[in-house]
Amino acid sequence: MGNESQGTTVLKVENLCKSFDKEEVLKSVSFELNKGEVLAIIGSSGGGKTTLLRCLNQLIIPDKGRIIVNDDVIFDDALGKENEKNLRTKRLHFGLVFQQFNLFPQYNVFNNLTLAARLLAKENNKKNGGSQEELKKEYAKIDEEATKLLERVGLKDKMKAYPCELSGGQQQRVAIARALILNPDILCFDEPTSALDPELTGEVLRVIEGLKSNDNTMIIVTHEMEFARRVASKIIFIADGVIEEIGTPEEVFENPKSEKLKSFFSKSVEVISQNS
Amino acid sequence: MFLEVTLQMLDGFKLTVFIFLVTLLGALPLGLIITFGSMSKIKVIKSITKAFVWVIRGTPLMLQIILVFYGPGLILGSKGIGRLPAVLVAFIINYACYFSEIYRGGIESISQGQYEAGQVLGMTKTQIFFKIILAQVIKRIIPPMGNEIITLVKDTSLARVVSCVELLKAAQDIVGLKAIIWPIFYIGAFYLLFTGVLTILFGKIEKKLDYYKG
Repeated sequence: MGNESQGTTVLKVENLCKSFDKEEVLKSVSFELNKGEVLAIIGSSGGGKTTLLRCLNQLIIPDKGRIIVNDDVIFDDALGKENEKNLRTKRLHFGLVFQQFNLFPQYNVFNNLTLAARLLAKENNKKNGGSQEELKKEYAKIDEEATKLLERVGLKDKMKAYPCELSGGQQQRVAIARALILNPDILCFDEPTSALDPELTGEVLRVIEGLKSNDNTMIIVTHEMEFARRVASKIIFIADGVIEEIGTPEEVFENPKSEKLKSFFSKSVEVISQNS
Repeated sequence: MFLEVTLQMLDGFKLTVFIFLVTLLGALPLGLIITFGSMSKIKVIKSITKAFVWVIRGTPLMLQIILVFYGPGLILGSKGIGRLPAVLVAFIINYACYFSEIYRGGIESISQGQYEAGQVLGMTKTQIFFKIILAQVIKRIIPPMGNEIITLVKDTSLARVVSCVELLKAAQDIVGLKAIIWPIFYIGAFYLLFTGVLTILFGKIEKKLDYYKG
């Protein structure tokens, strides 16, 4: 609760709409997020959780609405289509960790982290007319940062390994480090443990939990209710493209108001009891 | 006699290798351009490219060689472009079309997630293609490309249809001139040697790219 009042608003989503063909997947979704908050988005499959995340990352261009990050309007349907260059810069406000990791198989762990950062550094260097020396310094900084991040996710010893040599949990931890290296304002996770064997989800969830701080703002689409309850400072429940409930974990989990959320919880409990 | 025949056949073999190399040099990059055409979002470009590939793949290479060689003279009344250039043009276009389909299959087999990962990391479309996708595509298309390139070695013999003296024609000439039959078997050894070298080469490339999966 404390974080909410302290933090400055990092993300504002206003009336976001998206349809595929004629099916409305997001129906006027609005919410705000403060710095340092962890938002968990829950809901049944097909409810629009992933679409919302992909709209934020501009992997899907929304039909209507506005997305504002730190006072920078990154999407506004009134402004029309962005060119690719602007789109790229705006995407960098967000980091995204995918369900399927999507590491680059031909690069080792270290180069998976540094590839994009180095390309960006090179581009900026060229744009600013910097020297080769300066670029080398930038590269050294990136390498140092990559090493630090790998240490943070506990994979420093796997630096030279290729993704195919890692377990799913390790691959996902590399993917998290890769998303962090570009210093996004908001780090998004799209069901980060859904593709993992049950015994591997713990290590990934621990890393995500470890990232929680006053500086890191995160959005996590997840089916791990326990995790959402423990780690999130805000919960959004989406059903049929509408935010049915939004609130603190206590409010949402202990005092669900909408019928849809109540039935969602009872189904989740069924699943849990069936599994155990 | 054996030495004399061998030397004469080596002359033919040189032309075979020449056609082979020039075709590769032209068709490998041209194929990529055709691929981009057949994957284009602009419908007109896509349909024209697809129709072109259909025509080229749907008619015999031998017919194409004849058309390129005689066509300009018959239709325009011009002098034409010469035997060897006609062969090379026909080969390059024909193989570029086959290569383009292999490339397309390779590119389409790469998961959308690889593109998306590049996008969320702020990479440009060009960077994503050349830094992420291409290497994975190359790894995947090596086996079918090996197939196609070995077929090319043997297809070079079609050049004789417009009297280019490549290996097969050279042997045939000897057979006709000297009334001996064995050179026609002997050239089999040349082809086997050539394709053998290529097989080993492709094996090595595959092994070299074996350090990762995916």
